[in-house]
Amino acid sequence: MATAAAQQTASTQAYGAQGAIGDTTAYQSVFDAAVAADERIEPRDWMPDAYRATLVRQIAQHAHSEIIGMQPEANWITRAPSLRRKAILMAKVQDEAGHGLYLYSAAETLGTGRDELLDKLHSGRQKYSSIFNYPTLTWADVGAIGWLVDGAAITNQVPLCRCSYGPYARAMVRICKEESFHQRQGYELLLALSKGTPEQHAMAQDAVDRWWWPSLMMFGPPDDESAHSAQSMAWKIKRHSNDELRQRFVDICVPQAESLGLTLPDPDLRWNEERGHHDFGPIDWTEFREVLKGNGPCNEQRITQRRKAHDEGAWVREAAAAHAAKHIGETGATRA
Amino acid sequence: MSTPETTAAPTASPIPRAAAIALGDDALVLSHRLGEWAGHAPVLEEEVALANIALDLLGQARVLLSLAGDEDELAYLREERAFRNLQLVEQPNGDFAHTIVRQLYFSTYQHLLYAELAAGGGPFAPLAAKAVKEVAYHRDHAEQWTLRLGDGTEESHARMLRACEALWRFTGELFQPVEGVEVDGKRMETAWLASVGEILRRATLSVPEGPRSGAWAAGAGRQGLHTESFGRMLAEMQHLHRSHPGASW
Repeated sequence: MATAAAQQTASTQAYGAQGAIGDTTAYQSVFDAAVAADERIEPRDWMPDAYRATLVRQIAQHAHSEIIGMQPEANWITRAPSLRRKAILMAKVQDEAGHGLYLYSAAETLGTGRDELLDKLHSGRQKYSSIFNYPTLTWADVGAIGWLVDGAAITNQVPLCRCSYGPYARAMVRICKEESFHQRQGYELLLALSKGTPEQHAMAQDAVDRWWWPSLMMFGPPDDESAHSAQSMAWKIKRHSNDELRQRFVDICVPQAESLGLTLPDPDLRWNEERGHHDFGPIDWTEFREVLKGNGPCNEQRITQRRKAHDEGAWVREAAAAHAAKHIGETGATRA
Repeated sequence: MSTPETTAAPTASPIPRAAAIALGDDALVLSHRLGEWAGHAPVLEEEVALANIALDLLGQARVLLSLAGDEDELAYLREERAFRNLQLVEQPNGDFAHTIVRQLYFSTYQHLLYAELAAGGGPFAPLAAKAVKEVAYHRDHAEQWTLRLGDGTEESHARMLRACEALWRFTGELFQPVEGVEVDGKRMETAWLASVGEILRRATLSVPEGPRSGAWAAGAGRQGLHTESFGRMLAEMQHLHRSHPGASW
């Protein structure tokens, strides 16, 4: 947060003036001042309970999205059509596991451990991004996910590099760099297909047709229906509204689609001179809500595979813990 | 590929094609098997670790196969009988214990092999000098997990014993001579048995007593004879590439 001195002042005010623990007014004002001054809140700083809870919810959902998001792409690792593409895809899926690690660690700085969060994911009490409840049906889907899904994620996530909570903001800097690499790789994959044989071109177009609308839904419900937006904006966890980010993404994608030689599946998509933005057609929010509720094409499959991997790995984690306990204090003892 | 040790004395020896294919196939096939773990690993750190090993091996495979021809033609357009990898590396992942034991057996072998090739100054020396450093990590990873799982819980111990036994009969093949690979197979075998034996003992596991090769006189992977699951692995790996003849990706 601000500085050690400011923290000290807050403590003096909170404890000293009242002579009792529990008066959070002074803490709150230091916190508010730090947020207003665009300073970072750090793990040991005082923060409102609701701020902490909001961050844990958001970081956990992001972490879960990274590890669930491995599934649709891992689906193509064993079928990648060239060794170069296979190496790129494997490295990408590995990056996602790495992002999961950074994010679970960021959540841990708020006092919530990975085991607890995984448990909430597995029991359905916490969510992951709905986009991963769509299937990857062809190789071109790997490209469409890179270009559109990672592109949307970056549009959402770049502002998070300036999020008020320090560990999350710093994790996001690294994640965004890697995501932007993935996005360019996806684009390049689609370009190769688009300029390839007619079958490859059709495969690319089909993938873009299927992933376009779900990608637009990734920005969340329209601003007037977004449950958490206003408070998150005030806390500077969130910097732009869902609709602003969605518009920014559409404006970025339109010329990219043209360069790819692919069309975006929206007959209403056109440049609006007056607004200085592209207009686009209505989003099917019924589909969004259905997928969110669990009725997407892959909700059941994704969570079942996640639980299965976790359950089947239980004996491995138990063995590592047992080994560590047996050999505690030994020089050169193996680390769990 | 260029390292200080190797750039000083570039080798002019011709590449023994059969050897490049045999070693390249080992790396390609094991990389593929490890890639099958993506999204299924027992803990997030192992998602990263297994992918890392798979990527190192894929990198080695691409260099080796490119020495022998076009990497994609070799990987995607050969039939099962034309592959020259060891049967050990094509064995299905099984549980995590099987994957770890397969890695322990193979990485110990590959480390000894590449150390010799790097020191020998032959046509594979530049590749081996780089790869031996990667493989040292793979072997360390497998060793650490062998110790944890062998000396962990009753269940993990039992699973490790089963895996050690099941894969033991694929280890004799590691030391069969490969045309163009100039190493002392006998000496490598002695070193391998000593190293693996020592790790298994520290892991409270017994060294399997069964035979180290099948009774089939025709031989094994290095002769293009594979196990049944390998055909399905290749079918999956090659399907998309073969469905679009001549396409670029």
